[in-house]
Amino acid sequence: MSDNFAWTKKDLLGLEYLSAGEITRILDTAASFKEVSTRDIKKVPALRGKTAVNLFYEPSTRTRVSFEVAQKRLSCDVVNMDMKASSVLKGETLADTGRNLEALKIDIFIIRHSYAGAANVLSKFVKGSVINAGDGKHEHPTQALLDIYTLREKFGKVKGLNVTIVGDIEHSRVARSNIWGLTKLGANVTLCAPPAILPKYADKFGVKVTSDIDEALKDAHAVNVLRMQFERDDLKAFPTPAQYFKTYAVTKERLKKCRPDIIVMHPGPMNRGLEISTDVADGKNSVILEQVTNGIAVRMAVLFLTSSAVRRGE
Amino acid sequence: MEKTIQTAQEMDKTLQRMAFEILERHANPANIAFVGIRTRGVFLAQRLKEKFDAAAKLTAPLGELDITLYRDDLSQVADFPVIKPSNIGFDLKDKNVILVDDVLYTGRTIRAALTELADFGRPATIELAVLIDRGHRELPVEANYVGKKVPTARKEVIHVKVKEYDGHEIVLLGERDVR
Amino acid sequence: MQNYLIKQARVVDPANNFDAVADVLALNGQIAKVAQNIERKDAVIIDGKGLLCAPGFVDLHAHLREPGYEGKETIASGSRGAAKGGYTTICMMPNTNPAMDNGYALGVAQKIIEQDALVNVKIIGAITKERKGAELTNFAELKAAGAAALSDDGSPLESQTLMKEALLKAAKTGLPVTSHAEDLKLAGKGVMNDGFISSKLGLAGMSNESEWKAVEREIDLARQTKTPLHFCHISTKEACELIRKAKKEGLKITAEAAPHHFTLTQSECESFSGNAKMNPPLRAAADVEAVKQALKDGALDAIATDHAPHAPHEKEVEFELAMFGIIGLETAFALSHSALVESGLIDVKKLIELMSLNPARIFNLKAGTLTEGAPADIALVDLNEEWVYSQEEILSASRNSPYIGRKLKGRVKHVLCGGKLIFKDGRINE
Repeated sequence: MSDNFAWTKKDLLGLEYLSAGEITRILDTAASFKEVSTRDIKKVPALRGKTAVNLFYEPSTRTRVSFEVAQKRLSCDVVNMDMKASSVLKGETLADTGRNLEALKIDIFIIRHSYAGAANVLSKFVKGSVINAGDGKHEHPTQALLDIYTLREKFGKVKGLNVTIVGDIEHSRVARSNIWGLTKLGANVTLCAPPAILPKYADKFGVKVTSDIDEALKDAHAVNVLRMQFERDDLKAFPTPAQYFKTYAVTKERLKKCRPDIIVMHPGPMNRGLEISTDVADGKNSVILEQVTNGIAVRMAVLFLTSSAVRRGE
Repeated sequence: MEKTIQTAQEMDKTLQRMAFEILERHANPANIAFVGIRTRGVFLAQRLKEKFDAAAKLTAPLGELDITLYRDDLSQVADFPVIKPSNIGFDLKDKNVILVDDVLYTGRTIRAALTELADFGRPATIELAVLIDRGHRELPVEANYVGKKVPTARKEVIHVKVKEYDGHEIVLLGERDVR
Repeated sequence: MQNYLIKQARVVDPANNFDAVADVLALNGQIAKVAQNIERKDAVIIDGKGLLCAPGFVDLHAHLREPGYEGKETIASGSRGAAKGGYTTICMMPNTNPAMDNGYALGVAQKIIEQDALVNVKIIGAITKERKGAELTNFAELKAAGAAALSDDGSPLESQTLMKEALLKAAKTGLPVTSHAEDLKLAGKGVMNDGFISSKLGLAGMSNESEWKAVEREIDLARQTKTPLHFCHISTKEACELIRKAKKEGLKITAEAAPHHFTLTQSECESFSGNAKMNPPLRAAADVEAVKQALKDGALDAIATDHAPHAPHEKEVEFELAMFGIIGLETAFALSHSALVESGLIDVKKLIELMSLNPARIFNLKAGTLTEGAPADIALVDLNEEWVYSQEEILSASRNSPYIGRKLKGRVKHVLCGGKLIFKDGRINE
């Protein structure tokens, strides 16, 4: 249970910037918000009269929909902007886009971008809350929060749990955010990937690093399977998808050697038969759909807490 | 300096009297349900319900509301402890709901609670029971059952302590905390 | 022409190994005398009490952007920023548009300098035509048009054969060559220093190797050709060591460092501010220390600003899209004085050597000293004045500085350039 302290952060740019207490506060708050989604009237007036803009510079269906549902359950008005199709093509800078939206009196900015730090940059030019919905290889804090929430819900705690992240760690903002969040809360994190897609300074993140999947899964309470994107240039030198499946995929055979209560997570969208086998994705250890449900509660909590900080700052 | 308004014993007597009043004023006590407002209203509702049950030989349903998400001023929210889920584990339809809180002050909390209750269902009636009414209403809200009316200045603050949450039981009048 | 008599200043002139309270007389644009108790009726007195009086600073490395990119900077605005920073001679890099790669282009720039420049502006010619790294420019023609040196800054020559040829030809014409030593293949798509911080931020890194490998290669070329070579903006500990060794070996190598490389580290990038993005990138703390030591022990010879103005819309963007560069003319002295002198590493005389005398010598400029007969280029500085560098006070046309909002110590009060009082009481005097 988090201590009783005032929430002061108007932005959520990454989990690196939060304390263990702040992360726990978000998780605790999310637990209450989960109840709202079970009501007949799945809506509370907490953010009534506020306007959120979902700025997506990179296509994303699931994160955008999850944010939109969370916003609507808090009675927040939502504007979706597909930035690929608008100002970017006309050469408008992120600062100018922010200033223009500020002139429209937008309160909450959800930003997804292919460049690292885009949310940090935007936050310098707007007074409203900025929530990072994924920026390049940097962070994807709400995804990690929902992963950690799911983990905590299953095991009742995070501290001391062994969590393994498998896949393209180097290019993964989900991995980076999970590493920050999990290590701050006292979990033992193991990264597992072919050497080519492990970050060069992986050891400095305070985690264990291995390229042996069976070793990585041994004793794990949870495995977070990342999506493999073979279309990336720097993965050209890599073994074929079939070889990857054989060497690194999370399969039923591999799970047999694991703790019976191991949970399998995936941020989606999944490549069935590539990084994860279908029987595992749909099997009893999978919590992949619960992650989606929890994503709403976590995003509601983040929207609510950051908005309360903005008002105080005025 | 803090002044004692009610001791533990006085609180218990007051709640007992309120439970009797509730029973007296209802022709059909089987329809009564208690809903406490977080944080301390929940514990007071629990006490009232127990005393009511004993007197009426019934088992009235009990629910709890966290009205944080229905507040009209988000700026106060950040100072609050973690919000908790609301829990109304029964059907509100046609119930005579007794909404319970510790202190009635501006009336804004009660307004929020009424809005939230409406999102959970449509009770036949809603009545309000409070342990302390300290005045200074900002909305047209009055309680049906009042433990004690205490005239206060705005700068003063009423602390209701309950043993389940605070470890001891007392009602105090003090100066507003300067934090 | 107005004559000036500076009274009672702490005069520091490393060329004459001079550091004492004295008076300085400037007659007809030249230093006439440095002595105690000078009296002169026809001279305007400048009260130098409590001020440092040094030969005006000389910057070997500034991007003035004119002609071609006047939205970022002009010779007029850049030279005013220079005056404010105590600089009286600045050397502009050839990456203008058109590039400074032929006599005509230099002539056009010279005209603008004559009309608009407040301080002495020297032009550095391009080593290759259109700075494309394919075909050498005509060095003799550039020299005749007034080029002070030659450089490939910003687009390092990848061909070693061509660089070797350039060094030999330049030596014949007597023009110094300055090298932007960067291995472009190793630097790749890097946008900041390579390390744990770049990794956690999800940004591509530029390793120290991308600098020192190139320095190593070019030292080898200098060895083969027995010609002088000057290295721009050295930022890594390895490069400092390579240059130190090359000097011991007797090679005619000189090198400069920029204030940001010995006052800031890569952690500036953690805010994703475009103002923290430069090339070479801000490095690790160990590199910052090594650069400071190298300035102290002489492995590095000069402090140069690498003043690189960019418009707000080129910096207020995603870090990966931001242009490389930082403005530096207005802050160089205060930063250097705090980091090197106040820290106890070197004395004021050594600092003036790094900022005035050595740069003038490297490019063979008539500057950098208060010797009798030298141009009256003088900076008067209050070493104790503290000030907050604000966006509003910037005289450069751009404001891409990570030092905005920070407290600096040491402020230029008056500047004489060629005997003219161009900066007076902390303001441009025209």
